[in-house]
Amino acid sequence: MKRFDTATAPYLSPPRDVQRVMLLVLLALLPGIAAQLWFFGIGVAAQIILATIFALGIEAAMLRLRGKPVKPFLGDLSVVVTAVLFALCIPPLAPWWVSLIAMLAAVALAKHLYGGLGHNLFNPAMVGFAVVLVAFPFELSQWLPPRGLGHEALSLGDSLYTIFMGHLPPAQTWDTIAQATPLDVVRNQASAMRTLDEIRSDPLFGDFGGRGWEWIANFYALGGLFLLWKRVIHWQVPVATLGTVILLTLPFWLSEPDVNPFPLQHVFSGALVLAAFFIATDPVSGCTTPRGRLFFGAGVGIITLAIRRWGSYPDGVAFAVLLMNAAAPWIDLHTRPRIYGEGRRPDGDAL
Amino acid sequence: MALHAFHGGLRLPGHKTHAGAIRPGPVADTLWLPLQQHAGAANRPLVSVGERVNAGQAVAAPDNDDGRLGAWLHAPCDAEVVAIEDRELPSNPAIRAPTLVLRRMAGSDAGADAGAASMPPIADWCEQPSAVLLQRLAEAGVAGLGGAVFPSADKLSVRRQTLIVNGAECEPYIACDDALLRERSDRVIHGALLLAHIAGAEHILLAIEDRMQDALAAAATAIANHGDERIELRAVPTIYPEGGERQLIQTLTGKQVPRGGLPRDIGVIVQNVGTAAAAWAAVVEGRPLTTRLVSVAGDGVRAAGTFEVAIGTPVSEVVAAAGGYSDRAARLIIGGPMMGVALPHDEFPITKAANCVLVPSEAELGERRPEMPCIRCGECARVCPASLLPQQLLAFARGEQWERLQQHGVTDCIECGCCDLVCPSSIPLAEHFRWGKAMLRQRQRDASKAEGAKERHDARQLRIEQEQAERAARRQKAAAPDAVAAALARAKAKATAAKTVESETSDSESTHTDSREDGA
Repeated sequence: MKRFDTATAPYLSPPRDVQRVMLLVLLALLPGIAAQLWFFGIGVAAQIILATIFALGIEAAMLRLRGKPVKPFLGDLSVVVTAVLFALCIPPLAPWWVSLIAMLAAVALAKHLYGGLGHNLFNPAMVGFAVVLVAFPFELSQWLPPRGLGHEALSLGDSLYTIFMGHLPPAQTWDTIAQATPLDVVRNQASAMRTLDEIRSDPLFGDFGGRGWEWIANFYALGGLFLLWKRVIHWQVPVATLGTVILLTLPFWLSEPDVNPFPLQHVFSGALVLAAFFIATDPVSGCTTPRGRLFFGAGVGIITLAIRRWGSYPDGVAFAVLLMNAAAPWIDLHTRPRIYGEGRRPDGDAL
Repeated sequence: MALHAFHGGLRLPGHKTHAGAIRPGPVADTLWLPLQQHAGAANRPLVSVGERVNAGQAVAAPDNDDGRLGAWLHAPCDAEVVAIEDRELPSNPAIRAPTLVLRRMAGSDAGADAGAASMPPIADWCEQPSAVLLQRLAEAGVAGLGGAVFPSADKLSVRRQTLIVNGAECEPYIACDDALLRERSDRVIHGALLLAHIAGAEHILLAIEDRMQDALAAAATAIANHGDERIELRAVPTIYPEGGERQLIQTLTGKQVPRGGLPRDIGVIVQNVGTAAAAWAAVVEGRPLTTRLVSVAGDGVRAAGTFEVAIGTPVSEVVAAAGGYSDRAARLIIGGPMMGVALPHDEFPITKAANCVLVPSEAELGERRPEMPCIRCGECARVCPASLLPQQLLAFARGEQWERLQQHGVTDCIECGCCDLVCPSSIPLAEHFRWGKAMLRQRQRDASKAEGAKERHDARQLRIEQEQAERAARRQKAAAPDAVAAALARAKAKATAAKTVESETSDSESTHTDSREDGA
C-alpha cells in the first residue's frame, strides 16, 4: 500500500499571487512616474523613496506588534503601492515629515487597525493624503512649475535640502519657486470673473489640462491600459469615472464655454486620470461587483466635480474616493449580478 | 445553429497526450464493491458471506421504498463473497460504509471482456414501452458515468424534448470519453437513440469539445453510417467546465436551467457518452454495468493510458497496469485535478464514478503558496460559471452570515474550482463553499426538526387547553340553581380536584421511578 498526502480540490495552483499583482501595478506606474520626474524634477523620486521607506518600516512594526509574520506580508508589496501612490500626489518639495505623518495615518491607522491587508475600509494612500492635505495646507500647495515654463529648476542639492530641512535654501523663497497648479488658477481666476479663454492664455495651460500635467496623465492612462490588458483592474471604474466627468461637464461647456471648462480639461487636470486607473480601482476598498464598480466610478467622478466646482479645495479626487469607499460595502450588497438560472421561467427564457 | 457562451470558465491545458487505444484493465484477485455507489440511499446486499456468485450476477439492489428505480450492483467476475465489511469510500475517505469483498475464482477474468451477458437481450427495444427499458437500466446498474453517477433510470423517467449526449470532457487529464468516442462511437450513437426513445426526446445533440478532433471525426462517421437525422453533432468550445450539465445546456440551447430547478424543467436531459454506451450494452446485449473506462494519467505513473477496468478493482492494481508509480508520484486523485478526491492511500476500489486515476508530480501540482487575505480583486467572479461572487461568499461564510450566504447563491456553486485557480491569495474558495453548503443543509435539517418539535408542543398545548375548557364547562353545568346544591357541588368538585391532584402527583412519582429504573 502506497500512502499519499491529501488536500482539497482543486489541486492546481494559481499562476498569479498578490505580490505579482502589486508588481504589475508598480510596473504600470513607471511611465507616469517617469513623466512626472521629467516635468517636476528629482523631488518626485525623493518623495517616492522617502514614503516607501517610511511605509515599509511602519508596516513591519505593525506586523510585529500584531504578531503577524513579517516576511510574506511585507513581501506582498501592497504597502509599496500605497506609498508610491501617495508620493505622486504631493508637491515634490514637501518636507520629509509630511510623508512620515501620512504613512502613519495610511499604514498604521487605515490599514492595520482595520485588520491589515484586505481588511481596510478606506484606501490607505488617500487616507494619508487627506490627513496631510487637511492638516498642512501650506506645505501641500507648494507645487513647482512644470519644466518648459522658463523657470530655473532647483538643483538636486537644493531639492534634497528643502525636503530634509523642511525649508528652502537661504537664497530662495517660495514666491519665486512655487507656482499654483492649473486647477488653482482656474478656480481663482474664474472667481475673478475672467473668461476661460483669458485664463487658458496663461502659459501654465497646455492643449487640454495643465502644461506637463496632461502629459503625465497620458502616461498614467497608458499604464492603466496595461493593467486592463493584464486583467489586474476591471474596465468599469476608469470608464465610469472618466465617462461621468465628460458627460456631466459636456452640457455646461456647450451652453457656456466662457465660464465652464471643456470636458477634457477636467479629465486632464489634477489627479483624475491617476485616480481613475490606479486609486479608485483599489480592489480592497472599492466595489467588487461589476455594476457596483460602475456606481463607484460614477460617484468618484461626480464628487470630484462637485468639489472642484463648489468646494474649498482645488481638486477633490481623494475625498471623492474616500466617500465612495464608505459607500462601497452597501453598494456591493445591492448590486449582486444575476446568478445562473436566476429569474428564468421553466422554459429557460428570461422572465 | 449558434452556440451560446456561458459566463466565466477557464481555458486549461489539456494534458491529454496519453490518450491512446483503450487497454484491458488489470485482473485483480480481490474486488471491493461499496454498496453506496451513488448519491441517495445505499443498495442492500442480495448475497451473503461465503456465497459463490457468477460474472454479471446482481449482488446488491436498491430498496425501492422511495419509489426510485435506482441502480443495481453486479459481480464483475465469478467470485466468492468473502466479507461484507465497512471500508473507506473513495468518494469521501472520511466515511466508512458497507462494502462487499469478492475473491475472484481462478480462471475468471474480470475486466478483459467488457462484462458478461447475464440478462436476456431486448433486441426489439424500439417497440418496448419506456417502463420496461427503465426497469432494465435499473437492474443492469446503469448510472451516470460522467462522474455524478445518478441512476439513469430515475433521470430518464421524466419525458423531455431534447437529449444532450455529453462528450465534452473538460477537466484536464481525463480522456476516457475521448477514447470511447474514438474507438466505439457507434455504441455511443446507438445508445443515444435508445436513451432518446426512453425519454421521448425528438432532438439529440452530441456535444464534443473542439479540441477532441479525432473523436469528432469518429462520431461524424458513426452518425453518417447510421443515417439518423435526429442526431446532430456539435463541436463545443474547450473551456472548463464546458462539460458541466448546466453550462453545456446553455452552450447548446441558449437557455439556463432555472435557479433551484433541474434540466427537466426546460425539457432537457443530459447523459454522458459512456452512459449511452452502457445503456446500449445493458438493453441490447443484456450486459450489466460491471466495467468502466478509466484514464490513468499524470507524471506519477510510468505508462499512462485509458483502461477498461472492472468495477471494484483496487486502485493499486490499476496503477500497476499503467506501469506502476514513477519516482515523481506526489498525490493520488480519483477524478480530475479540478474536482477529484485526493486519496490517502491506494487501497480503494474503482467505482462507477471513477473516470480517472490521476497521479500528478509536484511539478504538475505547482508551487503551494501560503494563503493570504482576500484583496477582493474579483478574478474569481470573472471566471465563475454560475455568475456568483466568490469574494463575497467567502466573507459571508467566514462571518457565518447564513442568510446572506444563501441569498448570494452558495447553493448554486457547482464546486468547479475555477475561483481557486485564479485566486492570487491562494484561498481554498471551493472548500469554503462546500463547507458553507453543508452548514446550510445542517441548519435546514435543524430548522425542520425544531419546526416538528414546535408543532408537537403546540398540539399538546391545544389538547391541554381543550381539556381545561371541557372541565370548566362540566363545572358550570354542575353549578345548580339553588344554593345548597351549589355548595354541595363545590364541595364535591373540591374533593374531586384534591383527588386528581393526589393521583397526578403519584403518577408523576411513579414516572420518576420508572425513569430512574430505565436509567439504571
